[in-house]
Amino acid sequence: MEGEKVGNVILKMKGIDKSFPGVHALKGVDLEIKKGEVHALMGENGAGKSTLMKVLTGIYSKDKGSILYEGREVAFTNPKEAQEAGISIVHQELNMMNHLSVAQNIFIGREMMNGKIINDGKMEEESRKLFQKLNIDIDPGEIMGNLTVGRQQMCEIAKAISRECKIIVFDEPTAALTETEIEGLFKIIRDLRKKQMGIVYISHRMDEIKKITDRVTIMRDGEYVATLITENSTKDDIIKGMVGRVIYEDPKEKSNVPTDAPVVLKVENLRAGKMVKDVSFELHKGEILGFSGLMGAGRTETARALFGADKKDGGNIYINGKKVEIKTTKDAVKAGIGYLSEDRKRYGLVVEKTVAQNSTMANLEAFSKGFFIDKGKEAKTALEYVKKLKTKTPGVDQLVVNLSGGNQQKVVIAKWLIRNCDILIFDEPTRGIDVGAKSEIYHLMSELAAQGKSIIMISSEMTEILRMSDRIIVMCEGRKTGEITIEEATQENIMYAATKRD
Amino acid sequence: MEGLKNNPIVKAIGTQRLVAFIALIVIYLAFGLLNNKFFSYATIVNIFDASYYIGFMAIGITFVIATGGIDLSIGTVLSCSALMAGYLNVSKGLPIVPTILLCVAIGALFGLMNGWMVSKMKLPPFIATLGSMMLSKGLGAIVTMSQSVTWKSSTSEEGWYRNIFRINSQSGVIVPTGFILLIASAIVMAIVLNKTRPGRYILALGSNLEATRLSGVDVDKWQTLAYVFSGLFAGIAGVSYASIYQVILPGAGSGFEMDAIAGVVIGGTSMSGGNGTIAGTMIGVFIISVLKTGLPFIGLNTAWQQVATGLVLIIAVFIDVCNRRRKG
Ligand SMILES: Nc1ncnc2c1ncn2[C@@H]1O[C@H](COP(=O)(O)OP(=O)(O)OP(=O)(O)O)[C@@H](O)[C@H]1O
Ligand SMILES: [Mg+2]
Repeated sequence: MEGEKVGNVILKMKGIDKSFPGVHALKGVDLEIKKGEVHALMGENGAGKSTLMKVLTGIYSKDKGSILYEGREVAFTNPKEAQEAGISIVHQELNMMNHLSVAQNIFIGREMMNGKIINDGKMEEESRKLFQKLNIDIDPGEIMGNLTVGRQQMCEIAKAISRECKIIVFDEPTAALTETEIEGLFKIIRDLRKKQMGIVYISHRMDEIKKITDRVTIMRDGEYVATLITENSTKDDIIKGMVGRVIYEDPKEKSNVPTDAPVVLKVENLRAGKMVKDVSFELHKGEILGFSGLMGAGRTETARALFGADKKDGGNIYINGKKVEIKTTKDAVKAGIGYLSEDRKRYGLVVEKTVAQNSTMANLEAFSKGFFIDKGKEAKTALEYVKKLKTKTPGVDQLVVNLSGGNQQKVVIAKWLIRNCDILIFDEPTRGIDVGAKSEIYHLMSELAAQGKSIIMISSEMTEILRMSDRIIVMCEGRKTGEITIEEATQENIMYAATKRD
Repeated sequence: MEGLKNNPIVKAIGTQRLVAFIALIVIYLAFGLLNNKFFSYATIVNIFDASYYIGFMAIGITFVIATGGIDLSIGTVLSCSALMAGYLNVSKGLPIVPTILLCVAIGALFGLMNGWMVSKMKLPPFIATLGSMMLSKGLGAIVTMSQSVTWKSSTSEEGWYRNIFRINSQSGVIVPTGFILLIASAIVMAIVLNKTRPGRYILALGSNLEATRLSGVDVDKWQTLAYVFSGLFAGIAGVSYASIYQVILPGAGSGFEMDAIAGVVIGGTSMSGGNGTIAGTMIGVFIISVLKTGLPFIGLNTAWQQVATGLVLIIAVFIDVCNRRRKG
């Protein structure tokens, strides 16, 4: 808490119950928001945080319970009603119209008019003012689809703030933001708090919760656990509430890779577009090679070029000492490389299909008899991996779109594990994933490495890099700017390399 | 080439639209060079005549395609409404003004039905409009008992309506009034699409339906409106078709929708929704009507018109795809 006065209760949700077919997502959850407070909502993946907020904003209807907003009982039936009553939300998934301009996106549904004609100039001007106030440097006339994910997210935040509102919900707003963007967001949130707004803040990042929130409500498996005052509680208290146990995140002390481990992948002077400039590195058997750097350093682009997803402009790739031509993703998969995309919704999953179908997608031949898919075998294997990865789903027939973010990620991992790849590229494997699931995924990666699989792990989280990697490659502006063994690695020397511009 | 692409004028027009426009000029000149008779006022009027019904349909369906949907029914809705209204006029003595209004209204009604099926009943647009395509084709034939309908000729008492699209003055000079109407409609609808709320919401929901809904926009309403526009303009196209060609055969319109869709796509509107350009659509439509009119001049029949339109369509979209890929 930062000393500002915390006012009276503006929102009281009591005993909220909500079921989906096969899932009891909310079981009598309580939440109380006061004016002028930042209230964290925490819980593991699938705990029901997003669902609770969707009930509040009228996207889902509740089965039971009551919502008191400014002393009145309300039950919004659509997002527009909630907005008009003064409740805004920044959704976990980006909700942008990519073909429209930034300003058109911000003012969608409440365009500024000149009679019957939309006044785009005025809207751009207003957006510019808004951005200035929020310290965001984006051209309001730019087409949304041309912006990076982080900047799109900032636009979405700006859109929510620009509405007259009394309560604003941020559902994992920082997942795609850079450090400086996050700092900017926190400044914005502090301003909103000063204006006596009630703010709900959902995030899996413990340090953010400690930094910005006043109180924390913890949920576990759709149930209300407790509401704590952030100042008076420790990280461990919160985590214990979320998972019912304590998890420690210690950095790795030394590499687990024997010094004579063979090189399984060698990349020489890889070039692709503007973001990959002469990148060379080696990956050893059983190694976890961390790729660190700031957003836009070219790590994802390197991985995509290596994987054959984007066109290469030059460079050689050797697998087990043999030179290979990787022109398409099919070549890469054949060579035993699996890629877990950072944007799993867009590239990693077919969300309208079931868990089982997604799990076997990369290795369908193994599940086919002639032209026919062996559904039984598919379901059995999928179930095996659901159990192994502790994926939270009512069954392998569930559509992936109905899973929570973290559980979707586990389905992608299952897909590549089932494919049995020897080289796995994990691009931001734990983005948007709660501590409990995170530690499971870490455990899984270590286990895979111990089994002799080689892993490239791209991560923007320093703690993750230091905890998982045996060796660290640092990139900046498309070039490799550092290669550090885990024994030598510190936050400082990684940051130093990550900002080593020409 | 790079320099040209970054030219501000080229940027404002859009590469594909510019390419389409240049193609239109080139095709026109090519026909003229192959046969000098092509360069005549009469030919231009013929090109215009052929452009009206495709043009009106294409304006309407641009809205549907901008939502990411498709309307397969406009061709048969055109003939259905022209058959029904014309039948009432010729055989039942309905005066010409209500006849014309009815023709447009029938089109709009089919559009409303399509919009309802897509937005409320959640039918895939392809299926919903395939259904109403068959429906309208059948209904038109049922009303006229499978007979063709011949709208009134210029010399008859109510024949003045034909002047709406083409004035044949006594001195023999032809004034293509339809062209003015078509361009005026295009301008109005371009403003609706780009500068008004309905148009903005249609583009927005075509880009991301869920996001638009979450922004508090009544997406069902605007999605329906796109189909209403499509049907309404199919009705107007019916009037223009009857006015130019007079004779409506039952089922005459099937296939017309493909010309309209081709025009829209050649003009640079993508089938996946979220964008749409009426100006581009008009260029696309004129490419098609120049081909329709021009090929007989160089001794090729209408089958070749299909071949040529197909080729232009594929090339135009391919250029666009290449462009986008290079941009990354
Ligand atoms: N539309 C839906 N249909 C069926 N099940 C759903 C639907 N939406 C959510 N669920 C289920 O409800 C539970 C709660 O999901 P929710 O998205 O609220 O979790 P969350 O706490 O936001 O998780 P995360 O941190 O991963 O975002 C999950 O088990 C999820 O699979
Ligand atoms: Mg969530």
